Amino acid sequence: MDLLRFATAGSVDDGKSTLIGRLLLDSKQIFEDQLEAVERTSRARGDEYTDLALLTDGLRAEREQGITIDVAYRYFATPKRKFIIADTPGHLQYTRNMVTGASTANLALILIDARKGILEQSRRHAFIASLLRIPHLVLCVNKMDLVDYDRDTFERIKDEFVSWASRLDITDLTFVPISALKGDNVVERSMNMPWYDGPSLLHHLEGVYIASDRNLIDCRFPVQYVIRPKSNDHHDYRGYAGTVAGGVFKAGDDVVVLPSGFTSTIKAIETMDGPLDEAYPPMSVTLTLDDDLDISRGDMICRPHNHAEVGQEIDAQLCWLTDQADLRPGMKLAIKHTTRTARAMVRELLYRLDVNTLHRDETADTLSLNEIGRVTLRTTAPLFFDEYRRNRSTGSFILVDETTNATVGAGMILGPPA
Amino acid sequence: MTTIEPAGQRQLSNLDALEAESIHIIREVAAEFERPVLLFSGGKDSAVMLHLAVKAFWPARVPFPVMHIDTGHNFPEALDYRDRRVEELGIELVVASVPEAIEAGRVVEDREGASRNRLQTAVLLEAIEEHRFDAVFGGGRRDEEKARAKERVYSHRDEFGQWDPKNQRPELWSLYNGRHKAGEHIRVFPLSNWTELDIWQYIAQEEIELPTIYFAHHRDVFRRDGMIMAVGPYLDRRDDEEIVQMLVRFRTVGDMSCTAAVESSAVTAEQIMVEVAASRITERGATRADDRFSEAAMEDRKREGYF
Repeated sequence: MDLLRFATAGSVDDGKSTLIGRLLLDSKQIFEDQLEAVERTSRARGDEYTDLALLTDGLRAEREQGITIDVAYRYFATPKRKFIIADTPGHLQYTRNMVTGASTANLALILIDARKGILEQSRRHAFIASLLRIPHLVLCVNKMDLVDYDRDTFERIKDEFVSWASRLDITDLTFVPISALKGDNVVERSMNMPWYDGPSLLHHLEGVYIASDRNLIDCRFPVQYVIRPKSNDHHDYRGYAGTVAGGVFKAGDDVVVLPSGFTSTIKAIETMDGPLDEAYPPMSVTLTLDDDLDISRGDMICRPHNHAEVGQEIDAQLCWLTDQADLRPGMKLAIKHTTRTARAMVRELLYRLDVNTLHRDETADTLSLNEIGRVTLRTTAPLFFDEYRRNRSTGSFILVDETTNATVGAGMILGPPA
Repeated sequence: MTTIEPAGQRQLSNLDALEAESIHIIREVAAEFERPVLLFSGGKDSAVMLHLAVKAFWPARVPFPVMHIDTGHNFPEALDYRDRRVEELGIELVVASVPEAIEAGRVVEDREGASRNRLQTAVLLEAIEEHRFDAVFGGGRRDEEKARAKERVYSHRDEFGQWDPKNQRPELWSLYNGRHKAGEHIRVFPLSNWTELDIWQYIAQEEIELPTIYFAHHRDVFRRDGMIMAVGPYLDRRDDEEIVQMLVRFRTVGDMSCTAAVESSAVTAEQIMVEVAASRITERGATRADDRFSEAAMEDRKREGYF
């Protein structure tokens, strides 16, 4: 059984929490005591039907205001797969949560209210999904029961979205007409929409092919921790622990270490369960090398003829995540990239992107909360990076405000500045 | 991401992917913090967490101590297990004791024999301050409870140990932000993405030893509010609560005064997995009297600094 992580996004009231409640309920992941608590609360509030959104809205303020504030993680499994859902709120002011939820997802599920069609929020969500390079996108046209399961409504929304999305970089796009409230096409194919010949949503989630979503070509191993047992049994042991960020490492492979440029060969790929023949993303392993080199946290082990870009200048797309201060050229921040931490200065804001029109405003000189723009940064130490579209691990970074310690920026590297 | 080549068989199983993620988190903390500590009660989640820590640093020892917040209301089997594990691994154990804090008048019990769950928070925060721990590993899982489902892997706590759910740091990719000011600390939850079933499957796969009370055994119990409570020194049984012997196991090992048993004949991790998969009641809802106070019980306790 493998693992699929997906993010859900929708606008206010388009039934996202209901859909998740439905997936959990129909896949028998909701427990009796949870359902009873929700039924009790729903009755007390005078709802006409059990509000499944109450299953996911965990914080007091959310239940009181009937809104979802923060990313909530939900889990369910079928005999085929385990699923982790990052349920992200649709409110404009909380768009940073969508970026958070999307950053680890294999698939994004965007809800659209069949009565309202594609909204500004839907476009924003699809854009963020494409910006974060989520490999698979599913558009659920929800509340089909309220448009009499009308095929034309569904097709119209689908056509409009396809024509807009052609400007985005989306490789796998699927549409499913559903009613989360009634359960149509969520787990079982609906009898109410015989014109739809695709799979139910759950069937699609179970079958979507995710094995090729990782980069298995470019070998990248950011050293996370150096293991030195200092015991008699392992006197001279030096192991480089970390998570494989790209490629397939094998014992006997020639490697180069960044930034020193020293070369060696992999002696063994070690784990407590015994040595492995090979290691690939996202395995956490320990590498030992044939030569005794000075390697520390933040260094990167690659192959001699295929290594990450080394540089102190980067060109990146940046999503700004705070309302405490706007991003401006000249600003200094802490940057965390793979296992490296440095300081970074914003050199230039090349443009701010309007996520609705995809228009680039080159006159912009700030980025505010939830705004996305293209920046160049200069860092105090070299980073070992790849283009984000080629590797989500070595192409991503966060920016941290050194005064408040808040995470204020999420960056996706395009490369060295042109 | 760009599809570069078909991946073939190189796809991790659910458990392997979860293990890799947890080990990554544990190593990241060891690398970036001055004084981490791992909360270890002898419960199954902390047993799994400790096992992952051992794997993360093998063949070296776990480079940080473990800490038990001792309510004094322990199952003796859990204490035996705790001490044995710590000795086997050669790691330091810090015990922060609720009875000692009561004795010294630093915390006040609601009433004699009441659950000491709330007192644990005060004692935990005191110990964190005393030992200047800056990262505290907890075995919390997001599938346990609605407030937990919203908590980050790295959960920032202010100098009062409080969690501010509306002001959490965005957590992106596997880039964790552990920066904090002096006196603040970060709670770290390496098992965030595990479910109860994952935990049992992993215990079976890795053959992780647990305290014996996790497996079915005959025990004197009585019923209270629909829950099966163990007869023991810490819980006052009313006269109308009749003692019966039943075949039971415990799903969590917390404070003996507020941890209920379930009827079960499961004596192996595999048999428990079958029961968990068929269970229709959540782990905490079924057996933790302390979470039943209100719908926001956990959120309130977490805000104050609970695990």
